[in-house]
Amino acid sequence: MAKFTHEKIEKNSILLLILTLITVAIGGLVEIVPTFLIKSTIEDVKGVRPYSPLELAGRNIYIREGCYNCHSQMIRSLRSEVERYGHYSLAAESKYDHPFQWGSKRTGPDLARVGGKYSDEWHRLHMAEPRSVVPESVMPGYPFLAERALDYRNIENGLRALARAGVPYSDEAIANARADLEAQATLDADTDELMQRYPKAQARDFDGNPKMISELDALIAYMQMLGTLVDFNAYENTDFRQ
Amino acid sequence: MAVSSAPGTTPPGTMTLSAWAVMLSLIAGSILFIAIAANAQDAPMAIHAWIFVFAFLAGIMAIGQRHMNATSGRPLADDGTGYADGVVKAGAIATLFWGVVGFLVGVVIAFQLTYPALNFDTEFLNFGRLRPLHTSAVIFAFGGNALIATSFYVVQRTSRARLAGDIAPWFVFWGYQLFIVIAATGYLMGVTQSKEYAEPEWYADIWLTIVWVTYLVVFLGTLAKRKEPHIYVANWFYLAFIVTIAMLHIGNNLAIPETWSSSKSYALFPGVQDALIQWWYGHNAVGFFLTAGFLGMMYYFVPKRAERPVYSYRLSIVHFWSLIFIYIWAGPHHLHFTALPDWAQTLGMTFSIMLWMPSWGGMINGLMTLSGAWDKLRTDPVIRMLVVSVAFYGMSTFEGPVMSVKAVNSLSHYTDWTIGHVHSGALGWVAFISFGAVYCLIPWLWKRERLYSNTLVNWHFWIATLGIVLYITSMWVSGILQGLMWRAYDAQGFLEYSFAETVAAMHPFYLIRALGGVLFLLGALIMVYNCWMTIKGRIRESEPLPARAPASGAMPQPAE
Repeated sequence: MAKFTHEKIEKNSILLLILTLITVAIGGLVEIVPTFLIKSTIEDVKGVRPYSPLELAGRNIYIREGCYNCHSQMIRSLRSEVERYGHYSLAAESKYDHPFQWGSKRTGPDLARVGGKYSDEWHRLHMAEPRSVVPESVMPGYPFLAERALDYRNIENGLRALARAGVPYSDEAIANARADLEAQATLDADTDELMQRYPKAQARDFDGNPKMISELDALIAYMQMLGTLVDFNAYENTDFRQ
Repeated sequence: MAVSSAPGTTPPGTMTLSAWAVMLSLIAGSILFIAIAANAQDAPMAIHAWIFVFAFLAGIMAIGQRHMNATSGRPLADDGTGYADGVVKAGAIATLFWGVVGFLVGVVIAFQLTYPALNFDTEFLNFGRLRPLHTSAVIFAFGGNALIATSFYVVQRTSRARLAGDIAPWFVFWGYQLFIVIAATGYLMGVTQSKEYAEPEWYADIWLTIVWVTYLVVFLGTLAKRKEPHIYVANWFYLAFIVTIAMLHIGNNLAIPETWSSSKSYALFPGVQDALIQWWYGHNAVGFFLTAGFLGMMYYFVPKRAERPVYSYRLSIVHFWSLIFIYIWAGPHHLHFTALPDWAQTLGMTFSIMLWMPSWGGMINGLMTLSGAWDKLRTDPVIRMLVVSVAFYGMSTFEGPVMSVKAVNSLSHYTDWTIGHVHSGALGWVAFISFGAVYCLIPWLWKRERLYSNTLVNWHFWIATLGIVLYITSMWVSGILQGLMWRAYDAQGFLEYSFAETVAAMHPFYLIRALGGVLFLLGALIMVYNCWMTIKGRIRESEPLPARAPASGAMPQPAE
C-alpha cells in the first residue's frame, strides 16, 4: 500500500469535500442523537400540558415582537437565580415548546416563572408604558397590542402543525381551538371543556376591554401561565437530580 | 492573465440548455408565488410573495438582456475571456452597502438601550425587531457578501480557472441579496422563528438552501476546472465553510409551516433538543461562517498583500482539520447550568477549551506570514488592518474558551460580557479582515494603480480601532458588573440588588458602547468614500505612499 500523504486530499476536491463533511458531522451526532434517545433527558413530572390556543397565540406574539432578545426563560441551577426567580427550570417544562424560548441574554429579567407574579393590571400598564411601573426599565412600549384585535383565524392550523411535530393535541382540541380561545379570553364564559383540555388554564378578560379579544389578551394570558404548571411542593429537590 | 475558458466552451450570454432551464424555473417560481400571494394567510406572506414574483421576473429579464447583449456584441457585466470578475465587483459593492446598513442599525439599537424613548412605541422599529435585523445584516449581509465575493475571487486565482457556470454565479449573488431582503423586511414585520441568527421563516430558508447549494456547485465546479494540481489552503477553508453551513442551516431550520401560504411555522423539535440544535447551529455559525470562511480570506489576502508565502504548510493542515473537527462540539457551552443534560454541557466545555489550540494555530500562521515583512506594518495601512484583525482573532478565541468554563460562564452568561466578546470577534476580526480584503480588491478589480487615498485608510483604521476599544471595554465592565450584582448578597443573606437596579447601573456603559459604534460606523463611511473615489479612477495626488501592482498570476502553492 502506498504511503498516504495529505497531498492526495489536496489534489481531489471530492475527497476533500467528503472528508470535511464526515469530520464536521461527528460532534453534532454524538451530542444531539443521545438527547432524543436517553429517557432521563426529560424528567417525568406532572402538570406540564400543551399550550391552550389563547396561550399559544400569546406565545406567537412574544416571538413576533422578539421578546427573546432580552428575556430568558431558563432559570439556571444557581443559588442566586433560584432565590431571585424560583425553582430552576426543568427540561420537562419546555417539552412542548416549538421553538424553545430559553434565550441568551437578560437585558430584562428571566420570565420562566413570571406567571402570577404581577396582576393583569400591572401587565397592561407595563406593556403600554414600561417606565410607568418600572422607572429604570429600558424596555420598548407596546401600546399597540391593546388596540389590535387578535387574528386567530389560523389557530387550528397552528395546533395541527404542532400535533404533527409531536405535541399531544387531540382532534377534538384542534376542532375546538377557536371556541377554547374565545372562552378563555372572555369574562364568565363557559370554560368546562377548556379546563378539561387544559388544566390550570386561567380564563378571564386579561386586557380589561370586554369589547374585543386583543393581542394584549393573548400575551398576558401567556405571561400569566409561564412556570405555573408544575406543582413543586409535590416533589423533593432530589427528585430532579440526574 | 493566464486564464481563459478552454477553447470550444460556450461564450457567456449564450442561451444554453441550462440557461433555458433557469428561465423556466424562474417562470414556475413566479407562478407558485402568485398562487401563494393569492392565498396568503397574512399580510407579510402576501408582501413577500410579491417580492419573490418581482425578483423572479427581473431575473428572467436580466437573462434575456444578457443574451441579447452577447448576440449583438455589446459588453457584458463581466468580460467573457478571463476571470468572471463582474460578480466579484458586485459582491464588493454589496459588502460595503450592507456593512453600512448593519453598522447603522447597530448604532440605532445601541442608542435604544441607552434611551428607550427611541423605540417610539412603534411596532416596526422596536428593539425586539431591529436586533435580529442588526445581527443578520452584519453577519449574513455584510459578512456573507464579503465571503461570497472573496471566495469567487480567490478560487479563480488559485485555480487559474474561470468560475464554473455562466448564470450560476450571478444567481448566487442576486439570490443571496433576495434572501437578505426577505429576511430583513420579515423582521420589521415580525416574521421570525426566534432562533438566533436563524430567524428567517421557512420559505426564506428553503430559498437560501437553493442558493447555497448552487454556491457549493459553482465553487466545486471551479475547483474541478483548476489548472493547479493542488487545491490552495484558502479554498479548504472556503469549502468547509460552504458545506458545513449547508448542514447547519438545514438541521436547525426544520419546521412545520402553519399552512403552505402562511408565514408562520413551528420548529420540528421541542425544548431541550431544540435548544441543543439551535446552539449546535449558533456556535458553528460563528465557527464556520465567521471563522472558517474568514480564515480562507486570511490565507489569501495576508500572504498576497505581504508578498510572503504562508508561514507553515504543516500548521495549516493540522489547524484546518482540528479546527473543523473540534468546533462542532462546542455548542453546549451556551447552555451551562440549564436543563440540558450535564454530560452535554461538560462535553461542550471540554471541546471549547481544546478549541483554543487550533484557533491560535490559525492566528500564528497568519501573523508569522509577515516574517521578514514586518516593516510593511509601518508603510501599508491595509496590511495593518489585516494584521490587527488576526490579532483580534487571537484575542477573542482566547476569551471564548475562558468564557466557556462553567465557573466563568455562571457569571458571564446572560450579560453584556457575551455581547462584548461577540463584537471583539465581529468588529475586530470579521469586519477588519473584510475591510482589508475589500481595500485590496477594489484597485485590483477596477484595475487602478492604487486606492484613492492611503491616508483615509489610516484614518479609518484608527477611528474604527478606537470604536472597538470603547465597545469591548464598556461591555466588559457592564457585563461583569451586572453579573456580580445579580449574585450579590447583603449581610442578612438576602439578594442585595433588585433586577431594576442592575439595569440602571448599565446606563453609562450603554452610552459609551453606542459612541464606540458611532466611531466604527464613521470609519466605514470613510471607507465607502475612499472606495467610491478609487472606482471613479481618482488618485489623491498629495500622497507619497508607493503604489502597489495589481494581482497577477496565481499564488505560490505551499506544497511546491
